Order: sequence, then structure tokens, then C-alpha cells
Amino acid sequence: MANPSSQVLTANRLNDGTVLYRKADGWVLTLAEADVYDDKPAAQAALDAATAGLTRNEYVSPYLFEVRRENGVIHPVKEREIIRAAGPSVRADLGKQAQGV
Amino acid sequence: MAEPNMYRYDEFDAQFVAERTAQFRTQVERRLKGELNEDQFKPLRLMNGLYLQLHAYMLRVAVPYGTLSSAQMRKLAHIARVYDKGYGHFTTRQNIQYNWPALVDVPDILEELASVEMHAIQTSGNCIRNVTADHFAGAALDEIEDPRPLAEVIRQWSSLHPEFVFLPRKFKIAVSGAPNDRAALAYHDMAIEIVKNDQGRVGYKVLVGGGMGRTPYIAQVLGDFVEKEDILAFLEAAMRIYNQQGRRDNMYKARIKILTNALGIEEMRRLTGIEFAEIKKAGTLQLPKEELDRITAYFAAPAFETLEDAMPSGDAAFEAWKKTNVHKHRQPGYAIATISLKPIGGVPGDASADQMDAVAAIMDRYSLGEIRVSHEQNLVLPHVRQKDLPAIHAALAGFDLATPNAGLITDIIACPGLDYCDLANARSIPIAQDIAKTFADLDRQHDIGELKIKISGCINACGHHHAGHIGILGVDKKGVEFYQLLLGGSGAEDASIGQIMGPGFTEHEIAGAVERVVNLYLAKREKGERFLDTYRRMGMEPFKNVAYGEELYAVHQG
Amino acid sequence: MPFIKDKALAADSFTAVADDAALADGPVLVSLARFQKDRETLLARNTAIGVRLKSDESPELLGEDVNRLSLVALEFPKFRDGRAFSWARMLRTRLGFTGEIRAVGDFLYDQLAYQHRTGFDAWELPENLTLDDFNRALAEMTNVYQPSADGKKTIRELRAGL
Repeated sequence: MANPSSQVLTANRLNDGTVLYRKADGWVLTLAEADVYDDKPAAQAALDAATAGLTRNEYVSPYLFEVRRENGVIHPVKEREIIRAAGPSVRADLGKQAQGV
Repeated sequence: MAEPNMYRYDEFDAQFVAERTAQFRTQVERRLKGELNEDQFKPLRLMNGLYLQLHAYMLRVAVPYGTLSSAQMRKLAHIARVYDKGYGHFTTRQNIQYNWPALVDVPDILEELASVEMHAIQTSGNCIRNVTADHFAGAALDEIEDPRPLAEVIRQWSSLHPEFVFLPRKFKIAVSGAPNDRAALAYHDMAIEIVKNDQGRVGYKVLVGGGMGRTPYIAQVLGDFVEKEDILAFLEAAMRIYNQQGRRDNMYKARIKILTNALGIEEMRRLTGIEFAEIKKAGTLQLPKEELDRITAYFAAPAFETLEDAMPSGDAAFEAWKKTNVHKHRQPGYAIATISLKPIGGVPGDASADQMDAVAAIMDRYSLGEIRVSHEQNLVLPHVRQKDLPAIHAALAGFDLATPNAGLITDIIACPGLDYCDLANARSIPIAQDIAKTFADLDRQHDIGELKIKISGCINACGHHHAGHIGILGVDKKGVEFYQLLLGGSGAEDASIGQIMGPGFTEHEIAGAVERVVNLYLAKREKGERFLDTYRRMGMEPFKNVAYGEELYAVHQG
Repeated sequence: MPFIKDKALAADSFTAVADDAALADGPVLVSLARFQKDRETLLARNTAIGVRLKSDESPELLGEDVNRLSLVALEFPKFRDGRAFSWARMLRTRLGFTGEIRAVGDFLYDQLAYQHRTGFDAWELPENLTLDDFNRALAEMTNVYQPSADGKKTIRELRAGL
């Protein structure tokens, strides 16, 4: 049973807009590599740290979104984050999905 | 390369755009260095058309009043190839959007644009946006005057207007010179219709307070007949009232449509009249005839050949294209040709760099180097010889640009939706694709006739769903996409706001619901009725009964 | 904070007086509410008076008194609120105000040129900005398309050789 409160932290890279996911104190390019926070305090702590780091001007708009894990694979709950993690659903040749992610 | 008759920058325009580009370059540098935080940078980048969307930044480039030269089209293709992922998206506001530019590249893109007299100034933000116009301007049979000279005058007046770059909300202006409204005037914050008064003098009818979004309104008349020389003073007066009194406490109530309806159109007219008199007294905004004439001269009719009307015939594919995509031109022997950017199953409004280059070559060879971007997300060759139409059709077909569906049910307007847009609640493009595939049969499309489907992925209505004969609005229900159906909208001279039918449909149900609605129209229409006419005669109820399922329909008929 | 008057660093001769504080000697800057409450006293003092208007307070609320003021300070509560641009323009053109119009509150480097164009001639600059920044901001765009309160020749006039 997936934990309904599991969350991942995301942002966009400042210089080119690329979607980023939080892993430890840094960022990765794919949802598969992202840290999943299974409790709210951990998620909030990650968001707080990322918010504090905005002054470094490396990324913008950090926020948390819901995920569920099935067989060890992370799936966003909402369509918006599914598309954001993959790329446009109408252009399978573009976005992260095209990079074999 | 053909040089079309359109506005050309002089040294002042060129310097203005160059300096604005340099200014934006420093703004980007300040952002990267942290001298501006995101909250401060956002309105500045938006004023230059730069958004941060789902996957990347998005740059919106202005195509003022929809007119492009072939050199500009080639530059748009070049930018798509070099700085983006090989394509661009033509929008309902006669702009083109690039979906993948890097922030650090945008100043270079703007320099490329400036080299062909283009820019992204005020394509977003709470300011006066790209001025739009009838895409048949200068070619239409029903035109009183070409609306583009006035649109250019307004473009210049509104560019970095010091009072109006931090308005309560965005501000959209459209201009049309013909009684048949192809510019959706009634849905603009302000709109100008070129009219003739009783004495035969040409002037401007000014509308205010139209708009879509959360609270759709049809525009009302602010000025019945504004003299040409007074038009900027009149617009500035209304803008000033709006900047001073428009709401700033709630972004959903900040457009001028809300102010107009709160004050009432009479009060809006009175306040505008007082301010107008003040501005006129100062005299500095009067538009001298010489200046309007000077700008009008740029848009002079091309040197048409003396030809007879003689529409060529061809194979079935050509005939089908001719029937819907070719329109009557004011000049004998000439025609207007619509290039559909709506291939069945494609992305409405998208064009690849190769397609743009192909179009540029066709423009040079057949259309005096000129093209228009329409608010219906198509391209329009404004001045082609009738005898060239078969060759044009063949050239277009080679690049998948000859879809014969202009004005038909598969000529669907759709915003980028949740596939790209940060504001969207639901996807638009796959719905457009589903519906287009459902009605792919050409005979069936022709049988259905004129039917405008318009799809928006959120309440902001970039896909003009309120103005669709059939409108579709994507909504989010706990992270799942649902689609509301609206019927009876129109963005033309018979403007009306579509009515919501009822509960939404899933993404898998919506195309079927549209099909049932259309089938009812086919069964019930009277001679000569478009879908919209039948809907207006019959009302929502019978359509609602069929939309939710065949069984419900049977019950209703029984 | 840096104070700029007539395009140079200057000393602010006005004392800002809170609504509930006693009037200071010399030129004072008060809110519209305070001005309306103590109008007689203020006008009788024979010293320069400044009134600070919030962004939803039209200069028209000053009525005939506007030209007895030496200073009108227009507030930007946040930089996105652009009402003061129109208030400044109204003061300079419709109301014929020739005194100081001062920008106060939250505004950006990128708005200085617009403020200057619409009639501001004094600035309580944000801490991070210098006189050099100010001068650079005003010089970024050489020419303008539309008349405003700065009397600057428009591109149309330049084209006509005026």
C-alpha cells in the first residue's frame, strides 16, 4: 500500500528552466533518482532548506508534490507532475522521456 | 526575396528595439548574479514575453497585427532550430511561442529578432499586449480600411508607455476594418472597428470591457465614432481611468471588463469623456493626418497585375482545399489562401522549422513575400494569383500544410494546455487530436459545415472556449482531468458567450459527447443552418440530453 | 536611504510626521488624513508642506490646496502597483502642480525611468541603489514613442524634424 503522504521536492533550474528533483542537499534531473519523503516533517525540512537556498540563484520555485511508489518506482499522483516528469504527452520525442528517462 | 508592403523600422524604431534588447540583457545578468530575486525579475521577464512553464522557459514573440515577411519567417525557423527544439507554436493572439529556450540564450534570441524588426516587447505582463488585427487585412472584400496602420500607431504608442506598464492586469487591443469580424473584437479589453459615419467619413468605433476567463463579457460601446486624429487621446483616457480605478486586490477581478461592469458603461463613458477632453486640450497626443498617412503608405496595396477572375480546377484534393481554404480577394484574379496548421492528429498551431522555411519560400514565390498569422492558429497567404493556386497547393502538400479544413470542425483552436503550460488544469492538445480523428472523414466535415471548436486547458481561456460554437474547458478534479462542454459561443460579429452544459466528461468521453451533439445538429438542422444557428433555435436542452449518452437521448425522444 | 532631487544626491529638508506625532518645526511631510485634519494649522504655519498619498488616494482629493503644497509624495505599496504613474501624470498635467513629486515605497531600478517620465523629480531610493544606478536607469532608452509629463520630444516629433 502506497503511503498517501509521500512527497518529492521539485524546482526549475534558473539558467535554462530544466525540471529538477531534490536528492539529499542537491538536485537530480530525474524523478527516479529523487528522494521520497514519507513523512511531512522530512518533506517540510527539505522544502525549508531549498527555500533558504534560493538566494544562491541556481533554481527557482521549489515545491512539494505527492507521489506513490509501486514496485519501487515513483509515480506522481497528479497528471501535472506526470507530464512534468516525462515531457509533453503529445511529443514523445521531447523532454525527459526522450532522453531515455 | 520579395519585399512585402508592410511597416519597416526607421532608425528610431531600430534603436528603440536594440536598446530594449540590451536592457533585457542586463536584467537577465542581474537575475543570474542575484541582484534581482525571482519575485522582482518575474514581471520584468514577462514584459519581454518570457514565462517559466512546466518543462522549461517559454518565449512569446510578437507578430504585430499578424503580419510577417518571408525574411521574418525564415528567422523564426532559424530560432526554432538553433535555440529551441525545431518548432514553434502560433497562438490565438497572433504570436509565436518557443517552448524550450534557455534563459541565458534569450537576449541572443531577442537580438536575432531585432535584426528582422521583431521583438517580444509586452507579449506578457500587466501591460498593453501585442495589438491584433483582422488576418485578411488589406485583402478582404468587405474592408472599409486596412486596420494595420492604426494597429501600428497603437503598437508604437503603447510600447513602454510609462503610465501603463504596471496596470492592474493585462490589456488586449484588437483592430478590424471590416463589418465581418475576424478579429474577435467583442472579446477584447478594448477594440476598434473602423466605421463610416452618416456623412461618409471614416472614423473609429471603440469597444471596451470584453473578455473571456473566469467572468466572460461581451464588449460594450465606449465611443460610437471617434475621429481619427483623436484615437490615441481617447484610448489613453480610458487606459488612465483603468489604471487609476481598476481593482488590484484580486487578480480575478482586475481586468477592465470588471471595472466597466462595476461602474456601468454610462459612467465609464462619462469618466473617459472628461479625461479625453483634458488630454485633447493639451494636444500632444493628437494624431496628425500626415503621420497616419506616412504609416498607411507602408501598407499600400501591392502592385497587382490586371487579371480576370478565373479559378483553376484540379484533382479532388485540390478541389477540397479550394472549397475551404481559398477565400475571395478584393482584386480580380487574386485569392486569399489559408494554410491550415491543423493536420488531423497534429498539434494545433505548431509548425516545424522546415515547414516555416517552406512557407517562406512559398511566400516569396507566390504571395509577394507576405503572410499573416490568424487568431485561429493558421497562416494566411494574403495575395496570391488564382492561377497559382494549384502550384501553391502542391507545394504546401509536400510539407503536410495542405489540410483542407479551414473553418471546418477539425480546424480546432487549442491552447498548449497541461502538456506545456504551468497554469493549465488539463491537457487541450490530445482532446483536439481525438476530436479531429473522430471527424477525419472529409465528406462528413463538409456535410457538417462551419463549426468552430475551441479548447482551453484552464479558465484563463487562451483557447477561447467561450467563443466556440462548441467550447471545451479542461478542469482539474483532484489531479484528474475533466472537460466541460460549452455550446453557442461566437467570436464573430454575432458574438455570444457559450453556455456550460453541465457536469464534465473524462478525457475518453469528451470526443464522443461532441460527436453526439453534432449528430443531433445534423438530424435537426433546417435548411442553411450552421450548428450555431440550430443551437440558437433549439437551445441547450436537446443537446444536453444527447451529450450524456444514447440512452438519455432515446428517453428524451420517446 | 539615498535621496535624489533634480538628478543629484540631496538632503531631504522635510520631516516625516506620523499621524499621531506632534508637528515638527520646518517643512513637514504628512499623510492625507493628517493634512485634512490639521489643514488650517498647517497652512497657517507658513512653512513648506508635503502630503504623502497612498496609491488609492487620488491627488484630486487635495482639491484647490494642491498648489499650496511644496511636495506630494506618491507611495508604491509594492512595485507592481502602478497607480502612482498616473497620479504623477495627473499632478503635472491636469492639476498643473509644479512642486516636488517624490517616489516613496517599494519600487525597482527598472521603474525609475517611467517615474521620471510621468513627472517624478525626487526619489527615496531603495538602499541598494546609487546615484550612478539612477543615472544609468534614465539613460537606458534614448527615445520615447509617447508624450508624458517630462516634455521629452517623441519619436514622431523627431521624425517630423521638430
